[in-house]
Amino acid sequence: MDGLSSIIELEHICFGYDAGPPVLDDLSFLLGEGEKAGLIGYNGSGKTTLLHVIMGLLTPSRGTIRVLGKKIETKKDFLEVRRTIGLVFQNADDQLFSPTVLEDVAFGPLNLGKSPKEARTMAMETLERLNLEGFENRITHRLSGGEKKLVSLATVLVMQPKALLLDEPTTGLDEDARTRITSLLNDLDISMVIVSHEYDFLAGTVQRVYSMKDGRIQFDGEAEILHVHVHRHPVIEHRHSREGEQGKSHSR
Amino acid sequence: MIREPFVNEASPFQRLDPRLRILMATAFAFVMALSDRFSALVPGIVASIILIGFSGLQVRNVLKRLMLVNGFILFLWLVVPVTFPGAPLFDLGPLTATREGVLVSARIAIKCNAILLSFIALVAVSPVATLGAALARMGIPEKIVFLLLMSYRYIFVMETEYQRLARSAAVRGFRPSTSIHTYRTFAYLIGMLFVRASARAERVYMAMLCRGFSGRFHCMQEFSFSRKDGIWAGCMTIALFGLGILEWMG
Repeated sequence: MDGLSSIIELEHICFGYDAGPPVLDDLSFLLGEGEKAGLIGYNGSGKTTLLHVIMGLLTPSRGTIRVLGKKIETKKDFLEVRRTIGLVFQNADDQLFSPTVLEDVAFGPLNLGKSPKEARTMAMETLERLNLEGFENRITHRLSGGEKKLVSLATVLVMQPKALLLDEPTTGLDEDARTRITSLLNDLDISMVIVSHEYDFLAGTVQRVYSMKDGRIQFDGEAEILHVHVHRHPVIEHRHSREGEQGKSHSR
Repeated sequence: MIREPFVNEASPFQRLDPRLRILMATAFAFVMALSDRFSALVPGIVASIILIGFSGLQVRNVLKRLMLVNGFILFLWLVVPVTFPGAPLFDLGPLTATREGVLVSARIAIKCNAILLSFIALVAVSPVATLGAALARMGIPEKIVFLLLMSYRYIFVMETEYQRLARSAAVRGFRPSTSIHTYRTFAYLIGMLFVRASARAERVYMAMLCRGFSGRFHCMQEFSFSRKDGIWAGCMTIALFGLGILEWMG
C-alpha cells in the first residue's frame, strides 16, 4: 500500500452489542485509494457491523476511524463520511423506500441540497450509466431481485462516492444478474470493500481478500491465488488447510 | 397480493392535474356528507355515476368494489329501520320498521356510494406515488405524505413476509381451527411480523441516513395546471354549487 493514500483507516476498533461479547475486537484495517478489497467471514463474524461502524451508524467503544486521512469523531464528521462513502445494503428492500425508481435515486442528491431539477438530471444520468434507462417510473417494489440490486447501486452511485461498501451484493441473485453486477463493479474506478461468501465473485471483482475472524481482520492473499486454490479444494477444507498457511501469508 | 385495480393510464382523468382531482373529490365528499335532502342526494349520485362514465373504468370492476362496501351498508339496513324512532311503516314480527329509519338508511347508502364512486373515478385512477406527490404539492405536511408513501411501499414487503411465515406454518401441517394452538400460532405469526417490521424500519432508516437524510423530505414531482384543468375545475365547481343550492334552497 506504500505510496497510496488511504481512504479508510481503522485502528484498534472495538465494538459489542450491549451485554454481548465483543463483535469487533481491536480491529485494524486500511483501504487504499483505488483498492478493491473482498471481505469474507462466517455468518455473525461482524462483517455488517464493521460496515455500519465505518458509516457511523454504530459507535465503537474504542478505536479511531480516519476517512481520507481525517479523524472522524463528531456526528457532523460522519455526515461528511456519508457523502464520501456509499453503503449498499444487503437487502435491497431496506435501501429502496420510495415508490418510484427515479424518486429513490434522486433522494441522495436532494439531501445534498440539489434542486429537484438537478437531482432528476443526476438520477437519469446514473440510471443510464447502469443501463437502466426506462426504469425511472417503475414502481420499486415490483422490480425483480436483480433489478432491485442494480437500482440500489444507482441510489448510492448517484452521490458520487469515493468509496463503496457492498454488503453481500450477490446474495440471492441469478447468474445473469451476478454477471451484470460483476462487470459493473469492474467498470467503476473507485475503492470498494465487498463483503461476500462467494470466492468466484470476489476473484472476478477484487484484488485482495481479507477475512474476519474473532472480531479482527486478517489478510488472506491476492484474490487470484485464492481463487485457483479454492478450485482444488472444497471451501470448508480450504478454510481448515489455510490455518497451516497463515504463517506463510503473514511472513510476506 | 394488494393491487391498485383502478390505476388506468388510459383514463382521461389521468391527464388532469391530480391536485385538482383530489380537491374536487374531497369537496364533493363534503357536500354529499352534509346534504340531507333527496333533491340534492339523487343528483349527487347521478353526477358520480357520470364521472365513472367519463373515467373509462370497467363497470364490472367498479361494481365489484361497490359490492364490498355495500356489504357493510346492508348491516345498517338490517338494524337502523327497526331501531330508529318515528312513524311505523310495517311490522316484522315483534319489530316495527319506521319511515324515518328507512329514509336514514337510504340517505347513508346514497352518500356512501356517491362518495366512493367519485373517489374511484377521480383519485383511484392515479398510482399512490403520484397522489403522494400531489398531496405534498397541495401543502399537506410532508411527514403525513411520507407516512402514506412508506406505508404503501412496505405493505407489500410485509405481505410477502406474512405469506412466508404462513407458508412455513402450512408446510409443517398447520391447519387453522378453533383451538388454543391455532390462536397461539396466529399470535406468534403476528408478533413475528411486528418484530420484523420494527427491525426493517431500523434498517430502512439507517439506509436513509447513509444517503444523507437529515429529517427533511423533498418532493420531486412538479404538476402544472392546464387550460383543460381549468375547464374541468369550472364544470365541477358549478356542479358542486348546484348540489349545494338544491340542498339548502330546494
